Amino acid sequence: MKLKKGIPVIDQGDRLGFWGGKFGGNFVPETLKKPIEDLEIQFNKLKNDKSFIKERDRHFKNWIGTPTRFIKLNNLTNHIGGAQIWSKVVSDANGGAHKIYNATVHCLLAKRSGKKVIIGDTGAGYAGKMLSMAAKKFGLKCKIFMGAKDIKRQQPNVKAMKKNDAEVIPVYSGSQTLVDAVSECMRFWVANCDTTAMCVGSTVGPAIFVRICGWSTSQISRELKVQLVNEFGEVPKKLKLYNCVGGGSSSFGFWNEFMDYNKKQVEFIGVEAGGPSKSKRHAAPLTYGSKIGILHGAAQYVNQNSDGQIEETESISAGLDYPGISPLHCFLKDTKRARYTAASDEEALKAYQIVTKYEDLRPSLEPSHAFSVAIKEAKKLSKDTIVIINSCGDAYKDRGILEKKLGKKYVKSN
Amino acid sequence: MLNPISLAFRKAKNEERPALLTYTVAGDSSKKQSLDILKAISNYADILEVGIPHNTPVADGGQIQTSAYRAIENGIKMNDIFKIVSDFKKSKNSKPVIFMGYYNMIFQYGENNFLNKCKKSGVNGLIVVDLPWPENKIFSEKCKKNSINFIQLLSPTTSNKRLKSIAKDSHDMIYYISMLSTTGGKLKVSPKKILANYNKIKKISPKKNCVIGFGITEETISNFKKTDGLVVGSQICKEITRSLNNRQNPVINVSKMVNKLKEKIS
Repeated sequence: MKLKKGIPVIDQGDRLGFWGGKFGGNFVPETLKKPIEDLEIQFNKLKNDKSFIKERDRHFKNWIGTPTRFIKLNNLTNHIGGAQIWSKVVSDANGGAHKIYNATVHCLLAKRSGKKVIIGDTGAGYAGKMLSMAAKKFGLKCKIFMGAKDIKRQQPNVKAMKKNDAEVIPVYSGSQTLVDAVSECMRFWVANCDTTAMCVGSTVGPAIFVRICGWSTSQISRELKVQLVNEFGEVPKKLKLYNCVGGGSSSFGFWNEFMDYNKKQVEFIGVEAGGPSKSKRHAAPLTYGSKIGILHGAAQYVNQNSDGQIEETESISAGLDYPGISPLHCFLKDTKRARYTAASDEEALKAYQIVTKYEDLRPSLEPSHAFSVAIKEAKKLSKDTIVIINSCGDAYKDRGILEKKLGKKYVKSN
Repeated sequence: MLNPISLAFRKAKNEERPALLTYTVAGDSSKKQSLDILKAISNYADILEVGIPHNTPVADGGQIQTSAYRAIENGIKMNDIFKIVSDFKKSKNSKPVIFMGYYNMIFQYGENNFLNKCKKSGVNGLIVVDLPWPENKIFSEKCKKNSINFIQLLSPTTSNKRLKSIAKDSHDMIYYISMLSTTGGKLKVSPKKILANYNKIKKISPKKNCVIGFGITEETISNFKKTDGLVVGSQICKEITRSLNNRQNPVINVSKMVNKLKEKIS
């Protein structure tokens, strides 16, 4: 299995949509073949269409707000005493997380194809919140599928979706989290694909959704590359990019533009959710060697039992609480381009405390996983090493959990 | 020699009625009860679809999900499912069996192992909901070599060009999904329209037995008397749930229902 140079990773799949011959694909009911094919034709055409890219960039710039900040975390760097620690503050983006890029692109595609309704899944609620924002902006009706357990633990985002006139549909089946929300959303699409567009909230699902999402979030690394050159005059010789990985949309977008660099120069570190340290359950299929299986239309490493039933996950972070992982990350793991590890719930919370103690930055529980590993590793690295953590979400949505786990002083009033 | 599935269609044709296909989930609500249900309804049904329960079914509505979760909750495993089929096949009034499930269950068992086991336990056909054409080409060939019918699905969104290719690669039986819906949806398309699509398929592929599924219930089934076969699934699963909730015997209630369904198309 080999990663090709000079070709975007999203375009390295084969005719049937498999990366490396075995990850991804289109394991979908017959009914969805046609709408998926239509979307493929549309996207393949538009991703090279200058006027479409111009339109995308205009909305990214004026509405989402690009570029998001690239800042040095001086206090944290001094406290840790190793590598230079920086952060790409993607939570600056309109809505407070990277999910806005994919949501915007899906709404633009839906508009162009004449669809009036767009549906989407959500775990932490960001994908849903952003889709509801974008749908409102572009005049589409919006339905969001969300696990009942997630609705309880991510109330601020639920309120935001409702404020944007989206219908939030609670999903009570299975573990009542993201995995069930995605299933229910796909089922709704099966029954309504003639009138409705579907947005999959991460780089998961049938191959076309993986590609559209990866293409959209790559905005993050496009910005970062420019910012690095502005700051250092070049892409640094020792660069390490840390990102949390749930479905894998923010990490893929954070890395994409650096794919062709030697990994000794630009290393990618993906941090999965290890779950509570005392629990056997986790959401880290790459770290803990889960087997390949099929989930939501794509072959991927996925937590499952020997029969092939998908296993329940457990993580403090709703956004990472998913048993599978993007086929793109399976591909990056097996080609050894990226390295994957996990942080537990407790480690993520501790990292959140450290970051908020030293910096004016409030990473949500998802990027706190990445901060945890980055802080640990930065200690042992030389001062000329540049460590960057993608702070891809803001902790506002986690205030309930943070207050419960850490006490009131960790929750700011806004 | 005709394979058992084609033979079942011929028998129904001789009686000038569509074949009646039922769908129940293996292990719902227990191994024994699902076997008893199969035995009881095979007095009336012509072909029995046996669902392999999966916990992330992307094409099934509430009724079948409930049945599947119930079976999984009760600890059903792949090997138990094979055992249910082989026990059923030993019973005196057994009928052809078609497995219906999601590809991950087959993938984890190993395609070859799975087909061997199917053959040994007497499975006659296979419907894999999320392994569409052309992705299923290699696997459906393997099925053919093992004398197992791989049943291709067609839907209202299938283009004519695609329809022709799929029909060409299908074995003795084709399954037409009546409408855009998960299983258990209410029939939202007129029977006339469904029959027009059905006739289109028959015209392209006159020799293959084509069944219609999704939205077929006691209320709608008599609209489709002039077809090769009809599948009823969600309504049966719903009846099992209803019986359990009312502390009644699902075996008796379901077999009554299937008897009625048969009468409506006879």
